[in-house]
Amino acid sequence: MSGCPVQHWDLGVGPINCHAWNKDRSQIAVSTSDCEIYIFEWTKGSWVNIHVLKEHDFPVTGIDWAPNSNRIVSCSQDKNAYVWTFEGNQWKPELVFIRLSRAATCVKWSPLENKFAVGSGSKLVAICYYEKENNWWIAKHIKKPIKSTVKCIDWHPDNVLIAIGSCDLKARVFSAYIKEVDEKPSPNPWGSKMPLGTLLCEQAVKGWVNHISFSPSGCRLAWVAHDASIGFIDANVDNNTAQIVRTPNLPFTSIKWITENSAIAGGHDCYPTLVTVKDGKLVIVCKLDIPAAEKSKVSNTALELFKSIDKRSALEHANIKLNTMHQNFITEIQPHSGSSQNILKFSTCSVDGQVALWDLKNNTAVIH
Amino acid sequence: MSATLAPYLDAVKSTLQAALCLEQFSSQVVERHDKPEVEVQTSKELLMTPVVVARNKLERVLIEPSVNSVRISLAIKQSDDIERILAHKFTRFMCQRADNFVILRRKPIEGYDISFLITNVHTSSMYKHKLVDFLIHFMQEIDKEISDMKLALNARARVSAEEFLKRFN
Repeated sequence: MSGCPVQHWDLGVGPINCHAWNKDRSQIAVSTSDCEIYIFEWTKGSWVNIHVLKEHDFPVTGIDWAPNSNRIVSCSQDKNAYVWTFEGNQWKPELVFIRLSRAATCVKWSPLENKFAVGSGSKLVAICYYEKENNWWIAKHIKKPIKSTVKCIDWHPDNVLIAIGSCDLKARVFSAYIKEVDEKPSPNPWGSKMPLGTLLCEQAVKGWVNHISFSPSGCRLAWVAHDASIGFIDANVDNNTAQIVRTPNLPFTSIKWITENSAIAGGHDCYPTLVTVKDGKLVIVCKLDIPAAEKSKVSNTALELFKSIDKRSALEHANIKLNTMHQNFITEIQPHSGSSQNILKFSTCSVDGQVALWDLKNNTAVIH
Repeated sequence: MSATLAPYLDAVKSTLQAALCLEQFSSQVVERHDKPEVEVQTSKELLMTPVVVARNKLERVLIEPSVNSVRISLAIKQSDDIERILAHKFTRFMCQRADNFVILRRKPIEGYDISFLITNVHTSSMYKHKLVDFLIHFMQEIDKEISDMKLALNARARVSAEEFLKRFN
């Protein structure tokens, strides 16, 4: 698909596992396969590293930046999560009393930013909120019936429901209602009675659920699994039957709704794919990518060239690259600009160390 | 390239491409550990069905994928005793230097001659398609290498036998 202008930057910190934008998109937080979180600021046409957050002892697996309260939450394989607040000139960490016994795998702020969820390898999801009496973040666990590592979580826009995808081949929707901080939820298509941990929907999937996402209205749920399929439920129609679209591609690792009827999926194929819902059916529309040739002009500095001549032979350099923009799989897709109902730009980060910004403004295939 | 080799290598190549979709995965059994799940085999749900791609009874590849690692085992063609000895010596030489070969496993799986272990660390630091190319290239080369060695060995045996028998002329 042409007409998809892309900006991309190599941040030079190595494989990027996850990234998060601040509210006005002038700063980006990325985490690599080591224990630090890097915050870059856009100044004078390039990304400048302004902060390095060091508190985790093991690789950071998830970061999320709350836009309105300007707090960062991060979680790591060292079983901990930290809430970072910007005070004076520095990011101050605050340990979350999370009680995990295995690595944390993913983290996400709720839409109202009064709580967040952490998925973990101890086969549970921790819903964390701030307890004013004791002045710390504490967690309540959703345990049953998750039987394996939780790989992904996503919040429903109503701030109560949460979707969880895990390695036990199930995609589920739970209630994450915390009576200390939440107002009583109103009934919605997913269910009406919802104390914490109520299972509202469960779908069997044929692979590990790599990523899960609610649509902007919260009525639709899509997930991508390791059997290269995309699953989709419309709660307005029936929240017990899922549509599974199997693709000939390699597995997707991330999916994000950009409008109520369109979503972007990306993964081991190294390019984002546009999928849309047409007449209640999920269809794969096109891939969004620019060929590598166009890109290599930009990033092939002389130094890189000499390095590659040194490492391999000069001749081989021509065909060593994949003909996609990203050279390794896409780990995460994040919205960049536009409202949640109509995302105009989205960003992808990849194991090759690049962050790319994709523009959808002139894309006619997107269904609003 | 004989008629059966190309489809065999193609099958191995596409299986490897699909199997090498690896991600960072911390152990859910032992805390603060990151282990190749295909080696520890502690959680059944994290392993995928192993695949055997066989060209004939002697030449086959076993590919065992899991969430963060893939184990690839090769059985090398050994039609007679000399080939058996050569293959054994050759793979032993490689396995003893496994650290230098990065993805080589120190010990082959039972029933196979040589095994590779690729983890998510390897796929994030190397191009995945180049890794696949390397394995395919290795499979092509090892047969050639062994038949070359066999020829060299036979030639040398003939020369030394001739030299030896000259004395009795």
